Amino acid sequence: MKKLIALVFSVFAATAQASGGSNLQHSGADLSDADSLKHGAALFVNYCMSCHSLKYVRYSRMAADLGLTEDEVMGSLNFTGAKFGEAMTVAMTAADGEKWLGKAPPDLSLVARVRGGPDWIYTYLKSFYRDPARPLGWNNVLFPGASMPHVLWEQQGVQSAVFDAPHGGPAGAAPVFARFEQVQPGQLSAEEYDKVARDIANFLQYAAEPAALQRQRFGVWVLLFLVALTGLSWVLKREYWRDVH
Amino acid sequence: MTTNVITRVIDGAQGWINERAPGLQQWMDRHAIKYYAPKNFNFWYFFGSLALVVFVNQIVTGIWLTMSYKPSAAEAFDSVEYIMRDVDWGWLIRYMHSTGASAFFIVVYLHMFRGLIYGSYQKPRELIWTLGVVIFLVLMAEAFLGYVLPWGQMSYWGAQVITSLFGAVPVIGEALVEFIRGDYLISDATLNRFFALHVIAVPFVLAGLIYLHLMALHEVGSNNPDGVDIKKVKDKATGIPLDGIAFHPYYTVKDIFGTAFFLVIFAFIIFFEPTAGGLFLEHDNFLPANPMVTPEHIKPVWYFTPYYAMLRAIPDKLLGVVVMGAATLIFFAVPWLDRSKVKSIRYRGPITKILVALFVVSFCILGWLGMQSGSPAQKLVAQILTFYYFAFFFTMPIWTAVDKTKPVPERVTFDH
Repeated sequence: MKKLIALVFSVFAATAQASGGSNLQHSGADLSDADSLKHGAALFVNYCMSCHSLKYVRYSRMAADLGLTEDEVMGSLNFTGAKFGEAMTVAMTAADGEKWLGKAPPDLSLVARVRGGPDWIYTYLKSFYRDPARPLGWNNVLFPGASMPHVLWEQQGVQSAVFDAPHGGPAGAAPVFARFEQVQPGQLSAEEYDKVARDIANFLQYAAEPAALQRQRFGVWVLLFLVALTGLSWVLKREYWRDVH
Repeated sequence: MTTNVITRVIDGAQGWINERAPGLQQWMDRHAIKYYAPKNFNFWYFFGSLALVVFVNQIVTGIWLTMSYKPSAAEAFDSVEYIMRDVDWGWLIRYMHSTGASAFFIVVYLHMFRGLIYGSYQKPRELIWTLGVVIFLVLMAEAFLGYVLPWGQMSYWGAQVITSLFGAVPVIGEALVEFIRGDYLISDATLNRFFALHVIAVPFVLAGLIYLHLMALHEVGSNNPDGVDIKKVKDKATGIPLDGIAFHPYYTVKDIFGTAFFLVIFAFIIFFEPTAGGLFLEHDNFLPANPMVTPEHIKPVWYFTPYYAMLRAIPDKLLGVVVMGAATLIFFAVPWLDRSKVKSIRYRGPITKILVALFVVSFCILGWLGMQSGSPAQKLVAQILTFYYFAFFFTMPIWTAVDKTKPVPERVTFDH
């Protein structure tokens, strides 16, 4: 019996480790928060879009969904010279990206769907730390060995990561991340930086599936209709079945 | 009888058509209006009609998807995102199709389970069951082919893994894999032929099989939760079974209710959780196919995972493929493995109830294991459950024969 319990335990333990979802922080990103999406769009265009494209997102669609005018978008969110109806691409070629950063910066149109939601992006943006061993001097706890430097370091400030020696595991196991220590303060407070990370994550969640805004709006009405239809068809069925004994 | 202009027009049109299309009225009578089904169908009897609803949904949404989808390795992934973003209502059509694929397997698995617990495969319904198993196998092929089309990472690598299974066939294995792929690896040629098979060949076959499945059913009549043959007790004057009611309108109107109820759940997923947390649309499949990067963890969609767990549980590749194939083909034998004198689980003994319950549990756990990375402990559990899966079927002639049975009533149980 003891063996059986141990087996059951190990079956589930292996899963918990493999999924690794537990170390993500809750972002609290909310697609219905229009201000957060607008703020996220501005941050993305200013800090991320020098390298990362959103090749499936058109400026015009973003304007319509986020409640921005064409002038607002073309004046303060479009620095590439693209037309209003065109996609949010970048000038940097994949070859240049690879030469300058070691790895071409990926298109981020679908990153929120690949990562299963905004929480991964939120956590990622908060997990950069100083690491002189890396080519650009930055590393990331969530994505060790990431090629990307900490673009938002002026806002967040500089933090270092403290690792504990692994306890109980096999010899030579990787050290376990314990906590961050603030080395140099940033322009923003911790709460303000959390909001920056949250709004970028929220915007990327929108960019990954612009239809999400529509489907949730329509969904309520579709469900109300179908529930009414179900009720009505039940009454109809009961009426027809009155003579079945 | 009072008649208004509408009923006169309908009656007139009906007469006009019947004069010119002999046999149409008889066909309608035979399959709906004078098809007498047992009146005691319960919840489990919704899933046949629901499978048909989902089939129609897949065909209709599929036609609209092909209007914007590009079956080429260079354009497929982009064209799906184009459907999701730029095509009017494209996201809705795509989600209806992707959710429909999973819904198809949910209703088909429940439909098969219904057949299993009420002995619907027993004489004289062996052919209905056999055709149903063929539909199940063809449906698996259809789902696999369709899963490749969005050309994401899991599409690509899933196709790589599944097609490579044919390489386990002795002697001709390698040539067979090449023949299926149309190339040395999964490529544009593979995507093109999979598209052709997915949208034309296999749906045609499915439609034909579904027709045969229904015709075979209407020949011998439906079973019911009591496993009572309703044709044994007929009205002396009319020859209509006393426990039978006309399929139309009684079951058409009941199935409208079932369909509406199903659509509530279906629409909830489409509008509020279309990926079903990564089960119906997997996270990794939002990455474009990349032949140079193998994903860390390749796994099929949830409806294949019980069989995938069996494949991985067997250390030898050829034997694993044989076990996985046998696990699906063994359903064919069920009508001849069951030696019980009664059909329905209601009148069978505790052995049957316990073994069937364990079968369901082990099937679900296998499904869960097929989604995991496969640690040694998980592999051991999968091996034990695979053994149970086959033991359940192979020993069926014994436990169905020795298990106690209760007397089956003359008439169906029905309380209203």
